[in-house]
Amino acid sequence: MIRLLLTIVAGVLLGGIVHLVSVLALPRIATQDAYSRLAPITKLNAVTSLPQADPGSAPLPFMDPAFAVAICRYDLSQGPIKLTVPVSQAYTSVSFYTRNEVAYYAINDRSAGRKVIELDLMTEAQHAELPEDEDVTAADRLIIDAPTAAGLIVLKALAPEPGLMPQAQAALAASSCKLQTEPAPAKR
Amino acid sequence: MRLIFITLLALMLATVVGLGATWMTATRGTDLGTLTIGAWTARPKTGTADIDPYSRASIARSGELPVGTGDGVAFSATSDDRKRPLDGRCDVVVSGVTPAARFWTLTLYDSRGRLVANSLQRYGFTSQEIVRSADGSFEVRVAARSRAGNWLPTGGIERYALVLRLYDTPVGVATRTQRDAPMPSIATVACP
Repeated sequence: MIRLLLTIVAGVLLGGIVHLVSVLALPRIATQDAYSRLAPITKLNAVTSLPQADPGSAPLPFMDPAFAVAICRYDLSQGPIKLTVPVSQAYTSVSFYTRNEVAYYAINDRSAGRKVIELDLMTEAQHAELPEDEDVTAADRLIIDAPTAAGLIVLKALAPEPGLMPQAQAALAASSCKLQTEPAPAKR
Repeated sequence: MRLIFITLLALMLATVVGLGATWMTATRGTDLGTLTIGAWTARPKTGTADIDPYSRASIARSGELPVGTGDGVAFSATSDDRKRPLDGRCDVVVSGVTPAARFWTLTLYDSRGRLVANSLQRYGFTSQEIVRSADGSFEVRVAARSRAGNWLPTGGIERYALVLRLYDTPVGVATRTQRDAPMPSIATVACP
């Protein structure tokens, strides 16, 4: 009897460990997470517009239908990424996610404070390699440190009324996300 | 022989308990870092790098992308103010005011996060298109059949979720109470 009780206690304790390990492992082993769903339909290091969410098909669950959405799936191992997003009339935002969907940075048109949101995305190592003076001259250049080399940038433009959706989509269509192959010029 | 049996029993129990608990927390979510105001709950930390492991697991499982903190915050509701689950066959009224935000959207989803088909192609409202009364408050009727004013069709599905997303808002990780964030009330008014 005592033996059986001990077995149950040991089982539950072990179960606790299994639970913790599986919760921590789930983001890494999930096959239907947002990145995996978007990988087949988006281009690497380029902007891809997502189709409008409708009842029959939506690329992701819980998408806001009032927004035009475009994705830049990035891989920084080849070099930093330069992102340019023209601001639409109503509201535009840019959110950065790691490969495992951790939202580590997001900015909207008002906090960017300009007609065009311009950002450089690089890993911490690439940021450290930037020439010192470059950092100073580029004071108006926003540099984001990515915690992982791969991930997603989500560009969103609001259509406050359904009729304004083409405008929101046009704003995103004019945005770009590309590798900075050559080192950025020293003078700007 | 007995030792093998007991070890196997313990290991089986561990698997069932451990994976069962993981499945429960990943599908239903936990109360870790939730902000509850009336019938609405939000997890502002899911939009930051400080996201807790349970929220990460549930996001990985569902496949959604959380709203980033610099972008906004999402409140969801699956029951009304009296804890009654939202039923698509009933008339539900969402009324009142929303917290300060440059824009907000109210969207209706089924339990798996898909939009619900309807002939109007009306899946939600934005703060700009909603019809308000003179004092700035609004009233949305969530119902299966067409209603006057702001009608949000449910398609008659049994269970649904409402998601109110605030964009460019001071509401976030530091928000605690109704006073910081006055959320609209949700009331079931009529059920067939």
